[in-house]
Amino acid sequence: MKHILSALVQNKPGVLAHVAGMFAARAFNIDSLAVGRTDDPSLSRMTIVVIGDDRVVEQVRKQLAKIVTVVKVQDFAGMDVVARDLMLISVACPPEKRPEILALVEMFQGKVVDIGSKFVMVEVAGPENKIEAFIEACRPYGIKNLVRTGTVAMARQPRTAVVESEEGK
Amino acid sequence: MTANTTEKTAVQTKPGSQIIVDTLLEHGVEVLFGYLGGVVLPLFDKLYDSPIRVVIPRHEQGGCHMADAYARSTGKVGVVIATSGPGATNLTTGLATAMMDSVPLVALTGQVRTELIGNDAFQEADTTGITRPITKHNVIVKNPNELAQTIREAFFIASTGRPGPVLIDIPVDMQIAQVPVTPPQPIELPGYRIRERGHARQITAAAEAINSSQRPVLYVGGGVISGNASEPLRKLAKKANIPVTMTLMGLGAFDQNDPLSLNMLGMHGAAYANFAVQNCDLLVCVGARFDDRVTGKLKAFAPHARVIHIDLDPSSISKNVPADIPVVGNARHVLTEMLELVEYKERKEWFDQIAEWKKRHPLRYDQNAKTIKPQYVIEELWKQTQGQAIITTGVGQHQMWTAQFYRFNRPRQFITSGGLGTMGFGLPAAIGAQIANPDTLVIDIDGDSSFNMTLTELSTAVMYELPVKVCLINNGYMGMVRQWQELFYGKRYSCSSLKSPDFARLAEAFGAVGLRAEKKEDVPAVIKAMLAEKRPCVADFRVDPEENVWPMVPAGKSLHEMDGLDIFEMA
Repeated sequence: MKHILSALVQNKPGVLAHVAGMFAARAFNIDSLAVGRTDDPSLSRMTIVVIGDDRVVEQVRKQLAKIVTVVKVQDFAGMDVVARDLMLISVACPPEKRPEILALVEMFQGKVVDIGSKFVMVEVAGPENKIEAFIEACRPYGIKNLVRTGTVAMARQPRTAVVESEEGK
Repeated sequence: MTANTTEKTAVQTKPGSQIIVDTLLEHGVEVLFGYLGGVVLPLFDKLYDSPIRVVIPRHEQGGCHMADAYARSTGKVGVVIATSGPGATNLTTGLATAMMDSVPLVALTGQVRTELIGNDAFQEADTTGITRPITKHNVIVKNPNELAQTIREAFFIASTGRPGPVLIDIPVDMQIAQVPVTPPQPIELPGYRIRERGHARQITAAAEAINSSQRPVLYVGGGVISGNASEPLRKLAKKANIPVTMTLMGLGAFDQNDPLSLNMLGMHGAAYANFAVQNCDLLVCVGARFDDRVTGKLKAFAPHARVIHIDLDPSSISKNVPADIPVVGNARHVLTEMLELVEYKERKEWFDQIAEWKKRHPLRYDQNAKTIKPQYVIEELWKQTQGQAIITTGVGQHQMWTAQFYRFNRPRQFITSGGLGTMGFGLPAAIGAQIANPDTLVIDIDGDSSFNMTLTELSTAVMYELPVKVCLINNGYMGMVRQWQELFYGKRYSCSSLKSPDFARLAEAFGAVGLRAEKKEDVPAVIKAMLAEKRPCVADFRVDPEENVWPMVPAGKSLHEMDGLDIFEMA
């Protein structure tokens, strides 16, 4: 099962290497990883999508929390979250196909960000299944290039609860 | 890159190297273990005038093990210094050893000048990159003003919570830079939280489970020793009347001469300890981590037991065996609080059963053999030292026999590489322990192959006139490997025998004393002579080369499926 973990980490050199190294060393699989600064310049946010059963993911969460430079870890499992990916995709688009493809882009609430004589670059954001669906929809036309961020996620207020205690449940 | 030295203000400045020494002194460092090299010259120049005693090993790995044993035998933080590149990479085995066994260390490594980092400079290695998975925390200092505070944080991180090694990589220009002297700042580590006190409700639940248990077992590990929890453990075991089994790392946490002691459990543990665990209805784990050498086949481990797991490290809990009652906290706090809540129960049936197992399957060996049995040497050593010596070991058969036949009675008495299983740990560890405990008898019970790996440190023992003893269980093999080849590889002894030097003569060449016992009847006298010696001494016991460690739970079998129980079945 997919779990989205959100880790607040110190914005220091080596932290990403430490987190990535821990995943590799303990044979945990990262499905996606997105890192960026927060409003506090001393902190970064890592959103990590992990596939595994609850016990594995609980161990991942604890091992993450154990890293000295990791400030806080939340597992969004079972919570009401907004999760989004961003994708840039370049699709083969000869002039005669443009209306079709543009209609498709509109249907997915995407945005055309570049257009050439043979290709169109589209920006699509949304939940992962929407991104996947758009990729499938584009496939018949020919995908030239594709780049995705990992998932970023935030729990809806006010039900954000910090998962900190594994005891006293 | 030098620090700003603003001449107009009256702020006192010192070179970074002096700041490092001052900060070590601030933490009460009396001894450190360090090996020189180009980029730690400024630091050693300041150590020259400092009151800190610097012990020079012959190899950085040895220095790291010395600092490790210094820490294990005292509870203080061990300090080791190495230069960049090969100096730092030579530390790695020592760091990994300390990491696996949760030993508080601060390692300082020199690094090439900051402007050269990444240029493949002479003796450059990515030390923080290499050591990241084998340290609790590591950091490279790139602003000399942060030196002092970084060292303070390192001591704090190394010694609090679940202890571990912390490495600080210090480019040589940081050591040369003039740094303003500032008062210590409070330590702020936003992501570093330790829960010392266990949750009251969990502690109550644990105590209630103990009170209602018919067949409880305490299974304790190194966390009891590092958490200074032996005394509350003893009181709890006595008050609630619970037998105690220890992991390899836990030996000494509970007096093995006590009738409640079940001695060591696991792959080469006592049969009665393993039977007790397999039959208990409540397993109270304190400061241990359900290692595969302890549990055997995980699915069949302690099948009838509810599990209480007391540990400071939340990630240890339910990692291998799901805990029914997890208690995150320091063993000393938790056990002390539990002590108030537990009641004495007689549990006659349970103790009768255990007594029967103990009678039927004691740890034993062939005492009538004509050859020198390794167990006999260790048992005789135990007798002649009244069980009081600090013992270190290498890794392998001799380590298991030591765990079986030297009965430890106090914490910090047995110093061994449990988690990583580092051959060659014994001699440098004995040196570190002897330096920390100058008035205590320190003996390295070693194997010939383990000893071969780091025996160069004999030179260190001689140089510092340390009365360490090496009790060499010499069977001419990598004994444990040979045992596995005998049992699981059809006696095909591929590459497991070594041609060793004459260790007694080699010891003499080092300036130590060399002794040898080739006949069984010589053993007591040689041990006596060794113990009487004030100089470093190597006693080479030529033991039965094909003796095996019994009992044994073969890898992948459950804990009660032990081999070797019937070998000396009592009549």
